[in-house]
Amino acid sequence: MKKYLLASLPLLLAACATNGSASKPASASAAATAPAEPGQTWQAESAFTSTYKPWPGVPTVVRNVTIYDGIGGRIDNGAVRFENGKVAAVGQSVDASGATVIDGTGKFITPGIIDVHSHLGVYSSPAVQANSDGNEATGPVRSEVWSLHGIWPQDPGFGRALAGGVTSLQILPGSADLFGGRGVTLKNVYGRTAEDMMFPGAPMGLKMACGENPKRVYGSKGQMPGSRMGNIAVMRQTWAKARDYQAKLRTAKAPIQRDLQMETLVGVLEGRILVHNHCYRADEMANIISLSKEFGYKVTAFHHAVEGYKINDLLRDNGICAAMWADWWGFKMESYDGIQENLPFMHAAGGCAITHSDDPNGIQRLNQETAKALGHGRAMGVNISDEQAWTWLAINPAKALGIADKVGSVEKGKQADLVLWNGNPLSVYSRPEMVWIDGALLYDTNDPARRPVSDFELGQPGEGDRK
Amino acid sequence: MKKLFLAAMLAGIATVAQAQIAYVGGRVITNAGAPIDNGVVVVTNGIISAVGPAGTAVPAGYKVIDAKGKWVTPGLFPGISQFGLADVAGVSNSNDLRAAAAPMTASLAAESTYNPAEVTIPVARVEGLTTAVVSPISGRGIFAGQGMIVSLAENARQPLRGAAFQYVTYGEQGASIAGGSRPAAWGELTHGLEEATRMQRGKAPVHSQKRDPRLTPEDIEVLTLVVNSVQPLLVHVERASDIRQLLKLKSMYPGLQLVLVSADEGWLVADEIARAKVPVITHGMDNLPRSFQSTAATMSNVGRLVAAGVTVALGTPDLGGSFQPRLLPQYAGNMVAQARVPGAVGLSWDQAFATISRNAAIIFNMPNGVLKKGAPADVVLWSGDPLELSTHAEAVLIGGQEQPMESRQTKLARRYLPGRDRSQLPEEYSR
Repeated sequence: MKKYLLASLPLLLAACATNGSASKPASASAAATAPAEPGQTWQAESAFTSTYKPWPGVPTVVRNVTIYDGIGGRIDNGAVRFENGKVAAVGQSVDASGATVIDGTGKFITPGIIDVHSHLGVYSSPAVQANSDGNEATGPVRSEVWSLHGIWPQDPGFGRALAGGVTSLQILPGSADLFGGRGVTLKNVYGRTAEDMMFPGAPMGLKMACGENPKRVYGSKGQMPGSRMGNIAVMRQTWAKARDYQAKLRTAKAPIQRDLQMETLVGVLEGRILVHNHCYRADEMANIISLSKEFGYKVTAFHHAVEGYKINDLLRDNGICAAMWADWWGFKMESYDGIQENLPFMHAAGGCAITHSDDPNGIQRLNQETAKALGHGRAMGVNISDEQAWTWLAINPAKALGIADKVGSVEKGKQADLVLWNGNPLSVYSRPEMVWIDGALLYDTNDPARRPVSDFELGQPGEGDRK
Repeated sequence: MKKLFLAAMLAGIATVAQAQIAYVGGRVITNAGAPIDNGVVVVTNGIISAVGPAGTAVPAGYKVIDAKGKWVTPGLFPGISQFGLADVAGVSNSNDLRAAAAPMTASLAAESTYNPAEVTIPVARVEGLTTAVVSPISGRGIFAGQGMIVSLAENARQPLRGAAFQYVTYGEQGASIAGGSRPAAWGELTHGLEEATRMQRGKAPVHSQKRDPRLTPEDIEVLTLVVNSVQPLLVHVERASDIRQLLKLKSMYPGLQLVLVSADEGWLVADEIARAKVPVITHGMDNLPRSFQSTAATMSNVGRLVAAGVTVALGTPDLGGSFQPRLLPQYAGNMVAQARVPGAVGLSWDQAFATISRNAAIIFNMPNGVLKKGAPADVVLWSGDPLELSTHAEAVLIGGQEQPMESRQTKLARRYLPGRDRSQLPEEYSR
């Protein structure tokens, strides 16, 4: 508690400064964002904004290619044109004038893969203790921390994910805390700073966690929560406090003392910050849904949702996505009921299914994870087409991240985040050949000059090797 | 000799009437020659009795399985796994993989706790796994104890081979266990082997417990099996320089059968590993510098090792969510995909399939993993190319016995099929 107060001090001073105090603001970012009205919370997200700039690209046409459009459609022997960072045309054929033309015979184009759940940069490679920045784990309520501030942009994992066709990803804090902190969505383009990688205009997320992790982490310290009951109780008390803080903000005649924990939660209550809730068991997800109704916020997505298949209807009817692994199970008790049909069952029930990684290896093969789940679904009689399954990697995660107006499909006007695959991307034998982000060619399997090598890997054994 | 071996192998399986079966018309992968399209595989009394092209005779009265459009292969055989040692890794009471507080190390024997009824086994079996190398992991000392080789058959009762090998953790983890440095790990390793050599020669051991409390006289006694060529020594290692150091053991202890596990940087010293005739067991998918001992990790590792002449079997050294033995076909498929990446080195399809079926059998001198006359009848019928992600095992035969194609997971999935009727009773009433 003491630590928290001390940490907040500079910001408190900054708040005073903007209110006519004689002292100068403690930081420029704080000074730039004075509240518009008395009592209104500071929108801290505007203090750390994206400095991402798309890299240059050339007008490009890929033709004679099979397209999975990311919203469930497929065009055989089709074509796509992109320029100025945007998709300009998609169809059976497109105008190729003035464009670099790529023959896509035997190849596939998809929207770039979007991973809604990654810890790249906060649990970087090498996974040494010094690089472990994904869990604050000093208190069950840590909504004031941001993954953005833990991200090491030189994680070699970003480059590996790019080689796997990942163009956008949400970096989340871990699940040690009930309120783990804010998540941030990135363009998968190396930058010198985390802000260089921030996806412009993407809302922030709030990582929450139920189940075994928080109760184990704090219960083992003799602290609340030590049980699933405690998990829910602390969450409810915290949301009650957030509602009080929000009410205070609304009625105050002058700016009130800032509370960074509460600012994040008010951001959720006002719909600016999207809740991404780590939760395995069906009954716990149901508890969280009831809790969210009690306090009037929305869960955007349950992550892992290993038992999502038991409550497909509940998730669907509440408009909550489920971000899932294809086949992880059994490593802890709450994952014991994992099945390999979770994704296709969710899709078949009319829900929003998302393939996620939560893993620096899995993120390199989200196409394969999708293909495995799809195959298991079909074996159980759930027939979903390849192009429908691609929604689990494209428009569905884009929706869950609040960026579906910008990416997640191959449609005119969307950002040109595209992957050209050397074969059907749902085959184990296929790999990305080219990856464009905002129309810039940032990965080319045939051109070493178009493949990133992170600072960490420079001068190390294996530098620049095909990984 | 071979017959004895086979008899011993089958002894692990309780006696059940064995099916007389013939698979007719499929693409047959034998691991002992070219694939046979439209081939025939005949199984008699638990043994492969014939493999051949279309027209190969099927004795009267045999159950004939139409394999047209399907693939027929030997069963999958992970080079390392944890079957039968943990129901749920994160539930410590159910987890017998390591014993950090036990007084002994090398003499711990996985076979003493082997539970063939563990639900992880059918979960893997329905995916075509028939035999597995099972290893403990290191606890108090770098010597983890003795691993086993098991049949994944429904009615398996005891391991095919109980005290099959000794397992050691070297590298960063080994250094940490041994007291804080690689020299300490090397000291513990060579101390154990040195003492075992003395015991082997009938000399009194230097009182080992004084020098290294992690090695009791019982532990040293078990290590005589290692210096004596009875048990291979599996060593988990990643860094190229650590691998080089371990290869020295081959000249220090001529009877030692060294096997490297994981070996992320093996490709950097592939020729030396090949020259020392040391096999490698790894999942092959590491390509991140996840520690300073794996900075050169690449998915070309397996391809480069095999190209240098090293025998490689795929397996899962670490129990966790992301790497599972049942996913070995996916990993092998990725080795094939790697061959199509410019500048990378992968495997041919045949080579890749052998890494998940035949090579573990070669490393441990087992007769499994091959479809040829006289081999144990571990046969899997696949809906298509077994390395492809959409393919499924449709039928699994282990030691000639047809296996149930059901697991706790398939039962859960059927119980919760979308569109199920919830109007009369809760799901708990349907099975």
